[in-house]
Amino acid sequence: MAENVKPRVRVPRDATAGEAIVIKTLISHTMESGQRKDGDGNTIPRSIINRFTCEFNGELVIDVTLEPAISTNPYFEFQATVPETGTFDFTWYDDDGDVYTDSKDITVG
Amino acid sequence: MKLTRRHTLMMAFGSVVATMLPMRAFAALDDEVAAFTGGAEMGSEGITLIAPEIAENGNTVPIEVSAPGAEAIIVFAAGNPTPAVATFNFGPLAAAQSAATRIRLAGTQDVVAIARMPDGSFVEARQEVKVTIGGCGG
Repeated sequence: MAENVKPRVRVPRDATAGEAIVIKTLISHTMESGQRKDGDGNTIPRSIINRFTCEFNGELVIDVTLEPAISTNPYFEFQATVPETGTFDFTWYDDDGDVYTDSKDITVG
Repeated sequence: MKLTRRHTLMMAFGSVVATMLPMRAFAALDDEVAAFTGGAEMGSEGITLIAPEIAENGNTVPIEVSAPGAEAIIVFAAGNPTPAVATFNFGPLAAAQSAATRIRLAGTQDVVAIARMPDGSFVEARQEVKVTIGGCGG
């Protein structure tokens, strides 16, 4: 299920140097677990996002391994330190090889 | 279909396997925990797992884990068909070693969070979540 995948990310627009900010991410994805069966009793094959990473100016904030037990439309909330003005890069890796990305700029005033 | 001796035996065997399934699931959890910790002893200080006591819908149960200073936190759902839920690896820019997400639970069961500390020790927190509607299909 690689259609209609839309990442949504919430990052504050600005921060003070070294401040801890809260980042919220959501991506629309069915996260088919591989456990469900269709009307004919056939197992629906697994199709999930298996990895999510967040980096700031190339430095790692968080790297999450997802298993089928993560709910539909995976949501993550975590905290990051902002040492300087820069860009947060968010990457989601799909089972089918697709990679979804989003990025947000933040200004240190 | 004629009910032969062979069929009867197979059915009996099938029911035995079915009753053993829950035990197999717990064994799988132990294996996966061992794969993460290497069989090390686990403490219980310094890790927090926030999960609802009662979840009406097992399809989306909000959980939060926090372990100050941890390198990684792994989350298991002991009663799911596959116990592993997620692994959070924290990088140098993580302001707090905490994360929140939403998980699926197949039924009432324990949620287990284990954190790996920089000194190689492990701490564990677990909480039972009562689920009214299961979240793993069927």
